[in-house]
Amino acid sequence: MQKRYLSLWFKQLLTDQLAIANPSLNEAPLVIAIKERGRQSVKCYNNFALKQGIKPGMSIADVKALVPDVVVEDDEEGTERHLLKDLAEWCIRFSPIVAIDEPDGLLIDLTGCCHLWQGEVPYLRELLTRLRKKGYQVRGAIADTAGAAWAIARYGKEKAIIASGEHYHAVLSLPPVALRLENNLVQRLHKLGLHRIENFIDIPRSVLRRRFGEALLLRIAQAMGKAEEFLKPIYIPEPYTERLPCLEPVRTAEAIEIAIQKLLEALCGRLQKQGMGLRKAVLACYRIDGKVVSVCIGTHKSTHHIQHLYQLLKMRIVNIEPALGIELFVLEASGIEPVELLQQPIWTSSHESDEQLLAEVLDRIALRAGKNAIQRYLPQAHYWPERSIKKVNSLEEKPTIPWPTDKPRPTHLLAVPQPVLVSAPIPDYPPILFVYKGKRHDIKKADGPERIEREWWIESGEHRDYYVVEDETGKRYWLFRSGHYAEERSEWFIHGFFA
Amino acid sequence: MATGATKRNIISRLKEDILRLEGFKSPATGKEVSFGLEMLENAFPYGVFPSSAVHEFLCDEEEDTAATNGFLAVLLSILMQNGRSCIWISPFPQVFPPALKNYGIHPDRIIFIQLRRDRDILWAMEEALKCSALAAVIAELQNLTFAQSRRLQLAVENNRITGFVLRKDSKKITTTACVARWRISPLPSFSEKGLPGVGFPQWQVELLKVKNGQPSVWKATHTPEGLTVKSTEKSNTLLPDSLTVKTGT
Repeated sequence: MQKRYLSLWFKQLLTDQLAIANPSLNEAPLVIAIKERGRQSVKCYNNFALKQGIKPGMSIADVKALVPDVVVEDDEEGTERHLLKDLAEWCIRFSPIVAIDEPDGLLIDLTGCCHLWQGEVPYLRELLTRLRKKGYQVRGAIADTAGAAWAIARYGKEKAIIASGEHYHAVLSLPPVALRLENNLVQRLHKLGLHRIENFIDIPRSVLRRRFGEALLLRIAQAMGKAEEFLKPIYIPEPYTERLPCLEPVRTAEAIEIAIQKLLEALCGRLQKQGMGLRKAVLACYRIDGKVVSVCIGTHKSTHHIQHLYQLLKMRIVNIEPALGIELFVLEASGIEPVELLQQPIWTSSHESDEQLLAEVLDRIALRAGKNAIQRYLPQAHYWPERSIKKVNSLEEKPTIPWPTDKPRPTHLLAVPQPVLVSAPIPDYPPILFVYKGKRHDIKKADGPERIEREWWIESGEHRDYYVVEDETGKRYWLFRSGHYAEERSEWFIHGFFA
Repeated sequence: MATGATKRNIISRLKEDILRLEGFKSPATGKEVSFGLEMLENAFPYGVFPSSAVHEFLCDEEEDTAATNGFLAVLLSILMQNGRSCIWISPFPQVFPPALKNYGIHPDRIIFIQLRRDRDILWAMEEALKCSALAAVIAELQNLTFAQSRRLQLAVENNRITGFVLRKDSKKITTTACVARWRISPLPSFSEKGLPGVGFPQWQVELLKVKNGQPSVWKATHTPEGLTVKSTEKSNTLLPDSLTVKTGT
């Protein structure tokens, strides 16, 4: 497929931006000043200033003498880049591949996008009209190569859309600067009387290389489509992305549901053909007021089950604020994994389909509770109770060591051991009684001690001597003494409850 | 004019119909899990533990909760024999999984979900009860209203999953649509005569309320061989007066 590129040129980006923020500046000559070698000079100006004879590079003192009522604003480093990034993000609704072309333009790869607007002419008209409505002075051109589009957008006098294969003739009459050359190279070409591209484009390459260097040859080749030029898109489109532009902006939940259904049908169809499944997806909704609302879903197992993904996204619709309306939906599969191919079971109660069902219900809960709220526990090779288990998020992970069953462990473990008052008159014997939460428990039966040493290679501190005790009513507790027996100064804690 | 025998026939058939409509399946119609605990199961209609239903457990204090967890673990070990997982929803992580291994469960097959608010827990429980790939769903709640329990019961009826609700606040007790209401409290441990130390755990298992069944009280002992259940003599005196007990059959 023949590639098509669109170049946008914002002639007076900085002054336009100021005028949009403050409409009163539209009526006055406006100049952006930049500090250069100890003096202030003109960087950018609006049409009023142009009419008064202001040129780029003039010093501000001269400007003020020439036009006494000029408004001078200071330049801020990086404003242009910031502005262009915003504009590029806005342009994503026209094509997924939008690159910033510093200092004052954008390059868009619109290959395969125009049919949604019924052709390139309405496409370009729509894009330019909407940008001009926002208040930007913008020119655009479409051609087969990025170089040619750039040249036509800035220096073209006739057509803005160059038909496929015509770009050679279109650039012939343009000045050499239209080839994106460096300043001194352009001056050298003019000195030699090569004022138009047609004057030198057909000169043999070896001659041009000897006289002007490799840079000119590269730029010519790029404009002619003989050298590949790569755009650096602001967002690299995911390979699995589906777009759904709307004829009219939509605002209702039903419409969003329909959009999700359509996007999923297209996306899951592709995924299924390639044996892939989705782990993470982002639905971005481009609103007509220029904002983008996006919602995100995740799954526990890679899947291309339309109904399930639809349910997940449907739960997220409440988070989508349509405001004045949404004009474009983009569903992006940002996490892709091969899906385990299952043989369709004859009996529905197979374990494989069980896993699928379980993963689906957990996906729904995870959407509401957050992914970290769902935990499984696996044994770890530590004796220290707090470290004897580890949390895992995945459903597949299997224990690497068997669960230990040799020592008594409480069914209920306190997250932090609580201090208790005890009466323990005999060293290394269980206490006679203890007080927990203001209630006294007389100990009737006890087991222990079970000494658990602190793992010194992880943390320092006292060991623990654990006792299983039972009080007069039959309630069973797990107590421990921190460190060695020290009569009154021993510290005792309760750490759990036995069944 | 029907005779006495035909009348009794009609009545028993109607009773069966009512049971069927209420979600109880007779052992002949559906394969139910056998618990091997005849004593417990006899309290239920048809002598079968209702495994596709919601049971509620009252536990006020931490000690009661620990005992309830022990009893639940025994039930779960039987319910999870089919290789399925279970979901345990609670506001705080309190259960210590290694201890469950002693009751015959693979603790890694339990999926713990942490949710703070009761309404979130109820929602998650309802979602989980609709998933037929699970063996059981356990939720720790502060309270449960009739409407909420009815919703859970409706969700559970289609999928043959057992739901267990642990209620922390038994003072605000109200009627619920749960099939049974239990209270498990710890009893002094059982040890062989003359042996020192803490023995095998014993619990007082109270079936306070059961649909169409017989409320009763047992003494259950858990040993490595399994759970043994004995009927307690003073069953009626242990039942609180405030609790209305529906005695059917």
